[in-house]
Amino acid sequence: MLEIRDLHAKVEGREILRGIDLRVNAGEVHAIMGPNGSGKSTLAQVLAGRDSYQVTAGEVRYEGRDLLTLAPEERAVAGIFLSFQYPVEIPGVGNLYFMRTALNALRLQRGLEAIDAMDFLTLAKEKMKLVEMDPSFVNRSVNEGFSGGEKKRNEILQMAILEPKLAILDETDSGLDIDALRTIAAGVNALRAPDRALLVVTHYQRLLEYIVPDHVHVMVNGRLVASGGKDLALELEKRGYAGFEPQPATPATNATRTAVGARP
Amino acid sequence: MSGAANAFLQGISRPESKANGDHPSWLNSLRRSAFEWVGAHGFPTGKDEAWKYTQVAPILEIPFAPAEPGARRALSPDEVIEIAGELGGPRLVFVNGYFVPELSALKSLPAGVKLGSLASAFTQEGEALESLLWRRFRERPQTFTALNAALGEDGAFIRIPAHTSVEEPIHLVFLSDAGATPLVSHPLSVVFAGAGSRVTIVETHAGIAGGIYLSNAVTEIVLDDGAVVEHYKIQNEAESAFHLAFMDVRQGRASRFSAHSVAVGAALARHEVKVALEAPEAQVVLNGLYLPRGRQLLDNPTTIEHAAPHCTSRELYKGVVDGHGRGIFDGRVVVQPGAMKTDASQTNKNLLLSTSAQAYTRPRLEIFADDVKCAHGAAVGQLDDEALYYLRTRGIPQQAARDLLTDAFTAEMLELIQVPPLRSRVRQMLATRFADCPSAGVPA
Repeated sequence: MLEIRDLHAKVEGREILRGIDLRVNAGEVHAIMGPNGSGKSTLAQVLAGRDSYQVTAGEVRYEGRDLLTLAPEERAVAGIFLSFQYPVEIPGVGNLYFMRTALNALRLQRGLEAIDAMDFLTLAKEKMKLVEMDPSFVNRSVNEGFSGGEKKRNEILQMAILEPKLAILDETDSGLDIDALRTIAAGVNALRAPDRALLVVTHYQRLLEYIVPDHVHVMVNGRLVASGGKDLALELEKRGYAGFEPQPATPATNATRTAVGARP
Repeated sequence: MSGAANAFLQGISRPESKANGDHPSWLNSLRRSAFEWVGAHGFPTGKDEAWKYTQVAPILEIPFAPAEPGARRALSPDEVIEIAGELGGPRLVFVNGYFVPELSALKSLPAGVKLGSLASAFTQEGEALESLLWRRFRERPQTFTALNAALGEDGAFIRIPAHTSVEEPIHLVFLSDAGATPLVSHPLSVVFAGAGSRVTIVETHAGIAGGIYLSNAVTEIVLDDGAVVEHYKIQNEAESAFHLAFMDVRQGRASRFSAHSVAVGAALARHEVKVALEAPEAQVVLNGLYLPRGRQLLDNPTTIEHAAPHCTSRELYKGVVDGHGRGIFDGRVVVQPGAMKTDASQTNKNLLLSTSAQAYTRPRLEIFADDVKCAHGAAVGQLDDEALYYLRTRGIPQQAARDLLTDAFTAEMLELIQVPPLRSRVRQMLATRFADCPSAGVPA
């Protein structure tokens, strides 16, 4: 489904991604773990299409297409969804209206008919149960005045409504208490499907107790330096990231990098 | 006065009245005095602080002729509704400044309410009009209001008796229809709201077809003690038109006045509002939304004069500027000596949709009293890139995302419109405006 090859990217002139290789198949859950500043969120944003992030080398193929040439909305139409680490507040735009506009934008661009307001309300209410979201949130402006947890619920609600093929969850656990974390993880798990892949970006192992990954990758200094099964996350929890020293710029880690992209 | 100004003045003056009925002698004398005043004082230039942005010189270059009664072709009431909307209440229709009874709909109104053309009120309501119009001319002479007084012949006249409520909005529709010859009209509307009365008035100014014309409109509103008046103004003139409007409001004790203006039309439009809070506990709310694009200039000068203690004023103006448009808010609040416990606040926000759009915002507080509360704020910004990106990652195409955020900016102003059919009409007007502008939002 997703194949990243030797991806390099700059943010404000600084190289953040320094050669990422990763392959994600439909139905798989991949976790990318790493310390602050390792480039996890940059990778998430590059995949979603933030245009201020400059890709300097490498390629990303998604379902056989060159993902990097697509606008953010085209990526969404193709089935990519990013759950933001910091969801944006949009005063004056009603939350429900926003989600219906988004769903209908996707539907129209996929050649489907728009869904009307009543049917959408029914759909939204059903999906809100999934993340245990208070129905009053539909009438508020997008993310405006939402607590950290409410914002994250709102992200997963959008994911549930938009039904992406590849969902990228960027630090979805940050700022959540344990109850909110369980609820949101349950919502995400309910959305796991054989034709859907998840890329979970997280700093802590905690989230992975609830959203159990098939593969765990460790990112340090813009590279994936180790890959393994879910046990790798536990190991990281014990050892910390200190064991994964930043790699030298010379391509001495070819073996590791190949292993990262390899299928099990 | 320059040669162009002289030629302009000669071009728009006319020897005799085209309205029904002869003018009473006081009116003839006012008209003469006003015309002479313009001859003596000439036209404002960029050096006049109040006309810094509205440049009059290009208007004076155009060979305008005075408008005649009647459109170039017959209109049907349905066409009027198509242009101006149906608000459910009585409707007075004016074409090129003259009342057209066939297009108007005068519904039954509470006893004592007077609603009709100003031309006929000049004789019937002579005394009140004489004192009002002379007073304004003496106190605040201005070139274009003086021209309105000198050359205007018709408009709306509304009198609401004390303690009378008119439930349905009164719709004043000013249509202009210029052909090959550029036309100028001077509609004058006068509203007397008696003590404790309530009324809602909607003014729509629109062009029937294209053409070059100048609508030089004046609205006079007098609120007696405890009167409540809501005023709406929709300026949707033809794109090559000029619109210079002045609204003069005087408020009595504990009266409440609110005005909402929506400006989308004309090549150049100025909607000036002056409110005098003349007695204690009067309250005024001025709201405005202006959306210049292309090469439009939309100017919104306002003056609120706190002349008595314990009065409240609130202003909220928002501009959405696209293309090479220019949007101006120039808001003066004057607190006179002795106007204690004045509570005034003023906010102006502008959204620039292109790199060539310009917004000018000038909050001016002139406070000559102690113990007052005055606040003001002004902002000029662009669409939030983070919000745009967020919307796009959800599949909303770039232009639709821009429109959504622009709508969010204007939504607040729509919600302030208390007349539901007008609110939906304005909403529709804004929607088509954003939709029919392919260049909207694309930075130059």
